[in-house]
Amino acid sequence: MRSKAILFALFALVLTAGPGQAADPIRLGAVLSVTGPASFLGEPEKNTIQMEVEKINAAGGVLGRPVEVVILDDETDVNKAVLATDRLIKKEQVAAILGPTTSGNSLAVIAKAAAAKVPLISCSAAEKITKPVNPFVFKVAPSDRLAVARILTHAKKQGYKKLAILTVSDGFGQAGREVLKEEIPAAGFELTADEVFGPKDTDMTAQLTKIQGGAPDAIICWGTNPGPAVVAKNRVQLGMKTPLYMSHGVASKKFLELAGDAAEGLFLPAGKITVAEKLPEADAQKAQLVAYAKTYEERFKAPVSTFGGHGYDSLHLAAKAITDAGSDKPQALRDALEKVKDFPGIGGIFTFTPEDHAGLGPDAFIMLRIEKGDWVIVGD
Amino acid sequence: MKRPLAGQNAIRALLFLVALLVAPLALPNEYYLSIAILGCLNAVIAVGLNLLLGYAGQISLGHAAFYGIGAYATALCTTRLGLPIPAGMVIGVALAAAVAWIVAVPTLKLKGHYLAMATLGFGIIVSIVFNEAVDITGGPSGYVGIPRLALLGHEFDTDRGYYNVVAVVLAAVVLLALNLMKSRTGRALRALHVSEKAAQSLGIDIAAHKRFVFVLSAALAGLAGVLYAHYLGFIAPASFGFSFSIQLVVMVILGGMASVWGSVAGALFLTALPEALRDFENIDILVYGAILVATILFLPDGLAGGCTRLFRKFRRTEASHAR
Amino acid sequence: MLSGAPQYLVSGLTQGAAYGLIGLGFTMIFNTTGIINFAQGEFVMLGGMLAVWFLGAGLPLLLAVLAACLVTAVAGALMERLAIRPLAGAPAINAVIITIGVSILLRGGAMLAFGKDTVALPAFSGVTPILTLGAAIQPQSLWVLAVTLALLAGLRLFFAATIQGKAMLACACQQKAASLVGISVARMALLSFGISGLIGAVAGAILAPITMTSFDVGTMLGVKGFAACILGGLGNPFGAAAGGLVLGVLESFGAGYVASGYKDAFAFIVLLLLLFVKPSGLFGKAGVERV
Repeated sequence: MRSKAILFALFALVLTAGPGQAADPIRLGAVLSVTGPASFLGEPEKNTIQMEVEKINAAGGVLGRPVEVVILDDETDVNKAVLATDRLIKKEQVAAILGPTTSGNSLAVIAKAAAAKVPLISCSAAEKITKPVNPFVFKVAPSDRLAVARILTHAKKQGYKKLAILTVSDGFGQAGREVLKEEIPAAGFELTADEVFGPKDTDMTAQLTKIQGGAPDAIICWGTNPGPAVVAKNRVQLGMKTPLYMSHGVASKKFLELAGDAAEGLFLPAGKITVAEKLPEADAQKAQLVAYAKTYEERFKAPVSTFGGHGYDSLHLAAKAITDAGSDKPQALRDALEKVKDFPGIGGIFTFTPEDHAGLGPDAFIMLRIEKGDWVIVGD
Repeated sequence: MKRPLAGQNAIRALLFLVALLVAPLALPNEYYLSIAILGCLNAVIAVGLNLLLGYAGQISLGHAAFYGIGAYATALCTTRLGLPIPAGMVIGVALAAAVAWIVAVPTLKLKGHYLAMATLGFGIIVSIVFNEAVDITGGPSGYVGIPRLALLGHEFDTDRGYYNVVAVVLAAVVLLALNLMKSRTGRALRALHVSEKAAQSLGIDIAAHKRFVFVLSAALAGLAGVLYAHYLGFIAPASFGFSFSIQLVVMVILGGMASVWGSVAGALFLTALPEALRDFENIDILVYGAILVATILFLPDGLAGGCTRLFRKFRRTEASHAR
Repeated sequence: MLSGAPQYLVSGLTQGAAYGLIGLGFTMIFNTTGIINFAQGEFVMLGGMLAVWFLGAGLPLLLAVLAACLVTAVAGALMERLAIRPLAGAPAINAVIITIGVSILLRGGAMLAFGKDTVALPAFSGVTPILTLGAAIQPQSLWVLAVTLALLAGLRLFFAATIQGKAMLACACQQKAASLVGISVARMALLSFGISGLIGAVAGAILAPITMTSFDVGTMLGVKGFAACILGGLGNPFGAAAGGLVLGVLESFGAGYVASGYKDAFAFIVLLLLLFVKPSGLFGKAGVERV
C-alpha cells in the first residue's frame, strides 16, 4: 500500500511538472448498452466511437493531445448505467460523457451528470432528455416527433383519414406512442385503434385482428426488432392489405432479414445514412455519409446503421467543442457545445442553442419504401 | 440448551454497524460506495427473504414485487401527492406489507411447487402492471424526479451520508432478525419448517405464523425499495422483475439458508460480483451461472455453512493439538 | 363484437400447443424425479437456435431440426448426470436452484455461441395462409398442432406399452419400491431428462418459423410452460398439454378483447385464481396437500 502511495506521488509530480510536458490525453467517457436488449444500438455506437477515436488520433488528436475514451457497458440496465456514470465522473474523471444508449438510462443519469457539472451527450432520442433544457445535457439522436411528422405528411399526401397504431411496451415504443397519440388527431386524422405488444411477444395476430376491425386506412407500427418483423409477418399471414408504416427503429438490414418477403411495400422514415449511396449527388451530407459507411463496413464487416451514427456524432461534437473552447475542462466544453452551429453529422446538421440542446430539424429523416428487399427513397 | 445472554445479539449488531461504517475507508475510490449502498439494500431484502425461505421454509419467487411496490409508492407520494419524505417512506413500507397480507391469505395455503408458482405469477403480474400503468408509474421509461432522502431537515445528498443511513438500517434489520430467531416466534417458525403437522399438534397457529413472516419479509423488501427510490431518484420496472426475484433467492441460497449473516454476505457478494466481472464483459452471465451451480454442488449450506464447517474443523484441530 | 374470435382461437391454439409441449417436458422430469426443471425453457431455445445453426451449416431443413433435437436431448442427459445426480438426497430446493443455475449457464453459452441476434427458421411448408371459417391459418400452425398430438400419442404409447415407460411411471409413484423391484432409478432419471430435452427442442424448432428465436426466449417460455403444467394438474401429461392450450387461448382472447399490453398478466391471473380455488389444476387428482 505504501509503495503505491510513493508511486502515485511520483506520478503526480511528473504531471505537475509544467504545461506542454508529456501530451497527456484528453479523457472522455462513454456509457453504452453494448450488451443486453439494446445491444443492437450500443455495439455499433461502441465500434464507431473506437474507430473514430483512432482516426482523430492519427490526424494529431485534439488540441495536439491524444483522445482517450473510456467505454463502459451498462448492459441496458438502469442500475448499471447509474453506476457506470458514477465511475466515469468520480474514478475516471472524464471531461464529458457520451451516451447512454437508451432513453431510460439517459433519464436516470441526467441528475448525476448535472450535479457533477459534467456535460452529457446522450445517444438516445427521448424528448424529456432535453425538454426542459438542462445546461449540461445534450442529445444527438433525432426526436421521435420528427419521424412521426414525416410519416403523417406522407399519410396526408396519400389521402388517408383513419390511422391505427401498434406499439411496443418498452421505452422506445412508449415514447413513440405518446407522440403519435398527440400528433395524429392534431394533424386531422382519426385514431381508430391503440394496441400494444410486449418486446418479447411472438404473436401479434390478436392485436392486428382487433385493429382490422376498425377498418383503418393505414397502420403505424412503432418498435425495434424483432417485434415489428413479427407484425409484418403476421400481417401477411392474416392476408391483410392495409398499408403499414414502420418507425425508424427498424431502419436496418436486420429488419429486412427477419421480415423477409413480408417487408415488401412497407414505408418508414429513416436517417440518411441508411441509403447513403442512393442519395442525390446534390445532397450536402452525401460524401461524409458514404465515407463513414464504407470505413465502417470494411472494418467491422457488418452493415452500417443510424445507431452507430449517434456514436459518431456525440464523439465529434465533443471533439469540436474542445477545439472551440481550447480546453477540456467540462464547463468550457459545455459552453462551446452550446454554440455549435451547422455542424455536419451523420444524423443530420446540428445547431445547438441555449434553448435547444437537441440540435436537429426535419431534414434528419427521409421517407423510404421497401421494394424487393432493399430501400427506395420516396419523394415526400 | 444454554440460553443466549440477553444483549448478545445487540452487541453483535453494534459491532457489525461499526464495521460497516469503517469499511469505506478501505475503498480506493468513492465510486465503490454506490455499490456498497446497493449491496446493503439487497442485504436488507435478503435477510427478510431468508426469514421466509430459510427459517419458515416457504418459497417466494416474486419478492421483487414488494421491493417495487415500496419504491413506486414513495415515489408517487413524494412527487405527485407532495407528501413529506418520511410519510412517503412509511406509506411505501405499509403498502408492501398490506399487499403481502392480502396475497398471503390464499397463497400460503399452498405448498411446494404450487406456492412457487403462485408467488411467481404474483411477481410477474405486478411487474406487468408497473410496465403498463403508464399514467401512474411512467411505464417502461421509468419514473423520474424522486427527491433525495431528507430527514429532519438534513438532506443526504452525498453518497457517504446515504451509506451511513443504509448501514444503520441494515444493522437494525439484522438485529431484528437475530432477536426474532431467538424468540418464541422464531422457534415456532423453525418447528413449522420441519413439520407443519407436528407444529400444529403442539398448538402453533401455522397460518398466522406463516402470514406474519411473509408480511414481515415483504415489509423489509418495501423498506429497501423506499431507500432505493430516494437514492437513485429514478426507478424503472426493469429493476423489479422476475430476474431480480431470482437473484434475491440466489443471494439467500448462496449465503446459506437459515443464517442471517449468511444472507448479508450472500447479498454483498452477489452485488459486488458484476463489478468484479466487468473485465470479463461477455462471459459474466456464464460466470454467474457457474458460481450458482458450483455453490449448490460443493457448498450446499452456502457461504455461512462453509465458514461454520471450516471454523469447526479449526477448533477441532486446535483442541486435538492442545491435548 | 365477436368478429375476431375465430382468429384469436387459431392463434391461441397454436401458441398454446407450444406451451403444452413445454409443459410436457416439465411433467416428464417431474414424474420421474420429483424435480421441477427450470432449465426446460432453455431446451426449447436450444431446439430453435441449433436448428438455425445446422441449417446455416448446410443441412436440409428437416435434418437440421432432427439434429437439433438430438443434440438437445444429449444436453438434457448431460445436465442430469453432471448437475442433478450429485444432488441425490439433498433438500428439494437445492435441485430447483441448480436447475436455475444451469438455465443461466445455457443462456450464457447460447449467447456466446450464437450471438445476441434474433434469427428465423423457414416454415416447413410455406407461408400461404389457409383462409377458412373467418380466420387465416398458417400452415406452420397445423404442423405445430399435428406434431403436438403425435408426440402426445407417442408418449402415451411409450408409457403404456414399453418397459422403460412403465419403469418411469413406477419411479413416479414410489421411488423406493421401484428400485426394490430392480428398476435403475438413476437410469430412469437420465432417460427422463433426455426425453424432456428432446420434447423441448421439438417445441422450439416447430415454433421458431412462426415466432423467430434468440438466445433469451427460454425464460418466459419456461415460466409459461410451468404454468401450463400447473393449470392442467402437475404430474398429468395429458393435463399439461390441455393446460397449455387453455393458457394460449386465454392469452389470445385476453389480448384481443381486453387490453393487449396486459396479455401476459391474464394467463397468470387466471392461473392464480385456479390455484386458490383448485390447486390440483383442471385434471389433477384432488387432495393436494393443503394446510
